Amino acid sequence: MPDQILFALEVTLNGLMAGVLYSLVALGFVLIFKASGIFNFAQGVMALFAALTLVGFQTGQVPFAHLVNVLFGTHVEHFGWTMPTLAAIAATMAVMVVMALLVERLVLKGLINQAPIILFMATIGLAYFLEGFGDIMWGADIKRLEVGLPQGLSETIDAATFAWFGYGFFIDRLDIVAALVAAALVVSLTLFSQYTRHGRALRAVADDHQAALSVGISLRAIWVLVWSIAGFVALVAGVMWGTKLGVQFSLSLIALKALPVLMLGGFTSIPGAIIGGLIVGVGEKLFEFAVGPLVGGATENWFAYMLALVFLLFRPQGLFGERIIERV
Amino acid sequence: MTNTRLALSAAFAALLAAGPAMAELVIPNLSYRTGPYAPGGIPYADGFNDYFTLLNERDGGIGGERVRTIECETAYNTEKGVECYEATKGEGSLVYNPLSTGITYQLIPRATADGIPLYTPGYGRTSAANGKVFEWVFNYPANYWDAASVAIRYLLDENGGSLAGKRIALVYHNSAYGKEPIRTLQELATKHGYEFVEIAVDHPGQEQKSQWLQIRQQRPDYVLMWGWGVMNAVAIQEAANIRYPMENFIGVWWSGSENDVLPAGDGANGYKSLAMHGSGMDYPVYAALKQHVYDKGLASGDGDQIGSVLYSRGMYAALVIAEAIRKAQAIAGTAQITPAQMRDGLEQLEITEARMAELGLPDFGQSFAASCADHGGPGMGRIQQWDAAARRWNLITPFIAPDMDVLGPLIEADSMAFATENKIALRCQ
Repeated sequence: MPDQILFALEVTLNGLMAGVLYSLVALGFVLIFKASGIFNFAQGVMALFAALTLVGFQTGQVPFAHLVNVLFGTHVEHFGWTMPTLAAIAATMAVMVVMALLVERLVLKGLINQAPIILFMATIGLAYFLEGFGDIMWGADIKRLEVGLPQGLSETIDAATFAWFGYGFFIDRLDIVAALVAAALVVSLTLFSQYTRHGRALRAVADDHQAALSVGISLRAIWVLVWSIAGFVALVAGVMWGTKLGVQFSLSLIALKALPVLMLGGFTSIPGAIIGGLIVGVGEKLFEFAVGPLVGGATENWFAYMLALVFLLFRPQGLFGERIIERV
Repeated sequence: MTNTRLALSAAFAALLAAGPAMAELVIPNLSYRTGPYAPGGIPYADGFNDYFTLLNERDGGIGGERVRTIECETAYNTEKGVECYEATKGEGSLVYNPLSTGITYQLIPRATADGIPLYTPGYGRTSAANGKVFEWVFNYPANYWDAASVAIRYLLDENGGSLAGKRIALVYHNSAYGKEPIRTLQELATKHGYEFVEIAVDHPGQEQKSQWLQIRQQRPDYVLMWGWGVMNAVAIQEAANIRYPMENFIGVWWSGSENDVLPAGDGANGYKSLAMHGSGMDYPVYAALKQHVYDKGLASGDGDQIGSVLYSRGMYAALVIAEAIRKAQAIAGTAQITPAQMRDGLEQLEITEARMAELGLPDFGQSFAASCADHGGPGMGRIQQWDAAARRWNLITPFIAPDMDVLGPLIEADSMAFATENKIALRCQ
């Protein structure tokens, strides 16, 4: 097989894997939008905050250490103990649930029945607040996140493809894990929404707030639930991206990668987030491979948005999104 | 009553106006402690502040005048950087060190018009090294083009003096900063016969799979990197993932801090970068810093960046500025200097190894002497290599000089084009 075709195949596979990582971020957006019609601008920052908190718990870092030291003249940085990964994940999840409660109490409660743009603006404020809060709580230095996930070249795939084609494909083991985690996440979210009482309540709220309220479903409880689930998805995305990049503040910018995925897959579809991610991942990687060298490279950022815009021309609601028709 | 109010207002206004003229040396610190580039901005700002704190606490300032640093947050954003400049220039600011090539480009015309010097060590507009054109800008001891040339000279040494037939890739931040070395590397490719491959990475550089697959497929003999922020850490991680030989991967000095290598863990072992100064705490200046700054609780920020590469760079920039202030005070015969006198100090500055040793930093930076025409210095650089087990950088070469036969004409051409475009009369004739 000619080298260029093999290279293109390798790029395609890596594009699929990258797409899964984008989907992990997009999923959090979809969950909140689906249940409350809010486009949560803070989803990327939530992933950053979750990753910061996880590393903080794992390494026994004292939260707000700088503030404490300035106020009390102390020099504390660490508690002197470390926390096992699973316990740290559980503790982080508890923090994300508390955050969901506070978001509902302090931000959303006062904005019921407000226009979507108001809620969107509130999430922008939340994003900036959370970024600054994370900085004060855990510091801005880069942290290494180690939760035991494998990383680097998959020897098995390299050997197998070498045996078949005479050229070993590079696939990152972390990307394989991310794909499996994303699949498990989608399956569990689907099962949750289809077969549990709370899941059905969530779908009812998503379909019609007023009707859901009329049958006794608490809108506020559902919002706490959905923000908690989005917090969990943010934690998963934070773990994957944090393992890949190190936990640093640029992690919040991964949201930029999720936007074209949402435009393409639709804001209300969980499978759409996955398929959209895969299309964006493969599209941008293949375009960079084939066209990038001709135009000076670095095409991925703008190509993803261009691809999404082309899709919008034909399906404004995205591939799997609900068609919303409003009478004016 | 009205007259009393007027008199009070006038007295208050006079007091405010007198503020900047008070006996102190004002040095703005355009820093970035927030946003995606904060991990690089924080240690640099801390090192910069701590050195001036040391001078204030130990020596009572410079020439008897205390130094007042004004920190202004730019978030590595060009517009905010310009806002910081405008907000602080009226404070009697003597010199600006904006730590951003983008901000530097925006400030060059403003600072030139306002008569305030810019000091951009190791970054900014390379051709500002030509003092005949850029009267108010200084970028010694080294610039981007020097860095590119030093890297190639090092590779020449590694390959018995010839790079003919070799393939060298440049992975660069797709910005004005990242593109700076391209022309130099192209010229050097013509001279030395290597194949030059350009690989761009978009801001911020979190996803570089395409670029590193391209490297895996094309198998360059060496990879150079011009990155900043998260791009560096991701590139090093991806290089480790594809098992690219780390000893053949060399970053510019902005891609050679602890922040860049620590996230990749053991995978970063052997990675190299350029260095225009030493790092670590094995210098006598740290004893003085400990006594007069750290132990008094006066360290900037958390005090957790001390000795790191970027802390050392911030401290080095402050040291050069402090020495230029001393020079300016000596030339002007007064301790309370103006920005114009500061410029004179920067232009006549000479830093020798003996002076560096006296300041507590022996074998830390290169000796240089600025002049009317030379605002760029000798442009030398060293190579440092990361030891992942020891978690430290080791300097593995002495200072290497750049190829001025190639760089000289490039700097001349670029600066003269700027002079023509902006109708600047040449100095130092």
